[in-house]
Amino acid sequence: MIGLVPRSWLNTLDIPPWVWNPLSISLRAAFEATIVVAILGIALAYLLAKGRFPGRDAIETVCSLPMALPPTVVGLYLLTRMGGPGPIRNAEVRLFGHPLTFTFTGIVIAQIIESFPYCVRFSRTAISVVDPRFEQVARAMGLSRWRIAFLVTLPLARRGIVAGVAMSFGRALGDFGATMIVGGAVPMATTMPIALYNAVFYGSHQQATILALVQLGVAFAILLGVSRLGRLQPW
Amino acid sequence: MTDALEVAVARKIGEFELDVAFTVESGISVLFGPSGAGKSLTLALIAGLIRPDTGTIVIRGRLVTDCARRIHVSTQERRIGMVFQDGLLLPHRSVLDNVALAVRQARGSRARRAIAHSWLERVGAEELAHRRPGSLSGGQRQRVALARGLAGDPALVLLDEPLSALDVEVRRELRQLIRGVIISSGVPAVLVTHDAEEAEELGDVVIAYNNGRVTGRRSVARPHGPEPEREEPERTESA
Amino acid sequence: MKLTRSLAQTFGGKQKAALIAATVVVGFGLGFGVAHLMAGAIAYWGVVSGPFLISLRVAVPATLIAGITGVASGYALAKGRFPGRNILETIGSLPLILPPTVIGLYLLQVLSPGTQVGGFLTRLVGHVLVYNVIGCIIVATVAAYPFCMRAARAAIEGVDPSVEQAARTMGLPNWRVALLVTLPLARRGIAAGLTIGAARALGEYGATLMVGGDINGKTRTMSLAILDSFTTPERNTMILILVLMAISAMTGVGLLGRTRS
Repeated sequence: MIGLVPRSWLNTLDIPPWVWNPLSISLRAAFEATIVVAILGIALAYLLAKGRFPGRDAIETVCSLPMALPPTVVGLYLLTRMGGPGPIRNAEVRLFGHPLTFTFTGIVIAQIIESFPYCVRFSRTAISVVDPRFEQVARAMGLSRWRIAFLVTLPLARRGIVAGVAMSFGRALGDFGATMIVGGAVPMATTMPIALYNAVFYGSHQQATILALVQLGVAFAILLGVSRLGRLQPW
Repeated sequence: MTDALEVAVARKIGEFELDVAFTVESGISVLFGPSGAGKSLTLALIAGLIRPDTGTIVIRGRLVTDCARRIHVSTQERRIGMVFQDGLLLPHRSVLDNVALAVRQARGSRARRAIAHSWLERVGAEELAHRRPGSLSGGQRQRVALARGLAGDPALVLLDEPLSALDVEVRRELRQLIRGVIISSGVPAVLVTHDAEEAEELGDVVIAYNNGRVTGRRSVARPHGPEPEREEPERTESA
Repeated sequence: MKLTRSLAQTFGGKQKAALIAATVVVGFGLGFGVAHLMAGAIAYWGVVSGPFLISLRVAVPATLIAGITGVASGYALAKGRFPGRNILETIGSLPLILPPTVIGLYLLQVLSPGTQVGGFLTRLVGHVLVYNVIGCIIVATVAAYPFCMRAARAAIEGVDPSVEQAARTMGLPNWRVALLVTLPLARRGIAAGLTIGAARALGEYGATLMVGGDINGKTRTMSLAILDSFTTPERNTMILILVLMAISAMTGVGLLGRTRS
């Protein structure tokens, strides 16, 4: 979607390619990652909030691990599983024709893993604080479990859920370590944080300043939006 | 004529023990007692939201709970209307949609909305149909909640302190409405309150509760003339 | 004994405190034990101990500082009624999603002796603040701070105000109410924030790389070192230590969250 903006628009807006290229890659990758994270994350959050099955807490702990791990561990794990020999690499080759390391899809996967906990935790908290009596009335009215989830519980929890998705998006945009390890120095996988690192490393201070400022603005805007959605703490 | 409701259950939660048995005929039966006496818990058991430790519940001749034979009909299947103290209308839907959601005896959103609309008229809230619950006053909300509780053609309607959150004047105003609408609908009702005046005005039978036990039962004399005629809810739009 | 009792209360009972302690100890123990099993030689421990100790030297002070400042600002945000409250919290939360390289860049500009601000600070403190452990500690503190601050604010806001009012009517000044009533009642949420803050301080990578310089033996924390020793069992040992500590941390946070049930 964003990669389809015609060149002419870019020229009129005067955005130089060394900003536009990593920016569009960041936005596209984060967008794709967040779609996956939102669908899986909200579903999982609902199950975790409502379900009473053994291993529930273990699953939540495992899903939250990327928040507590260094991104290098996550990155290395993905690099060795997706690139080194094994069942995951075989599946990738069958599905995509090649392993996903050093590709755009690979970094999307890295960002999915890194941003997943934010969505799950925020959404789970939001769903669990919905007054249970709403669901009781709905059950008395004869609504099935699916309808209760989609017509009653999730809409009532939507502020926290949107906040969780927004935080995941921001986290995906801001990912550095895991993206760098899985993506390498490939141009198709150079996101904004990596472009900034390169600019600093190769001494291009003006570029670094601009890249940093753009990312600061985006992060600030996302956080401001989330704070407007109300107070909700997932930890 | 079968009783509307037969309850004989026991349930222990923490230190609190509930052990009650009573029957409800038609009309409004009030569970009256101080807070914490187990009245709301009884409603939850009748609705099937909580399972008793022992006992049986029969709604309109249908066995919905029998602990000895491991029978427990889910809440969804019990056809019960519920009215809570804060209404609990869905804030993201219009008033009409809220009531229409409860209608399950008709197919198609037009038919459901029509039935919902007629119920809103009966509680005097028809001009609120397209408003959002957030913009309503407390009294208006409870009217809509009552309509929602009855719109699904339930076998029984349960009301948990429906007027307790309202101002004194609004409360008095709504008492007559509640009694009128419920009696004329023909749906038996169980209503919980800790307000003695309310119990007298609303109940045909008052069942006294204290500390998890039923401590008394009496009928309320009704000298005010004949009850409003029973009528079936209309299915088509009225004038 | 009072300390252990209050620690036990914080973690929701003696069994849970024991469980958390056991998890952490087992985490460490397994990490070292497996290291020795895999290595079969003390030499590997020699290599791992370097980054491990550096990680501790960075994460422990960082968590302490982030914890104290986080609780203080969390309290101020929870209780204060000043304009711009939410903006301040937003700014303080930036490290949650701001890319580590942006954090690294700005910290370099503020701390490098070559810049105006950095030069001033360096003279003030009397010590260079970049490319050494101090720089790493600053980075880790910045990374951990938002978790501590937000958790503290939420926990303090969740304290029943009538309990605080009762304390005030007894004549206690505000700061004593805070120390004797508010903070103790909020300790579970605060502890959860500290735990996850510690995990983040331990796991920081991008900004640590830029500000610390990844200098072997001085600023190469475990998260950096695992990239260096690429194909050796030492890398796996460090990864195992980090994973086990992460599991302990998130399990602890989960157990601390068991306030309602």
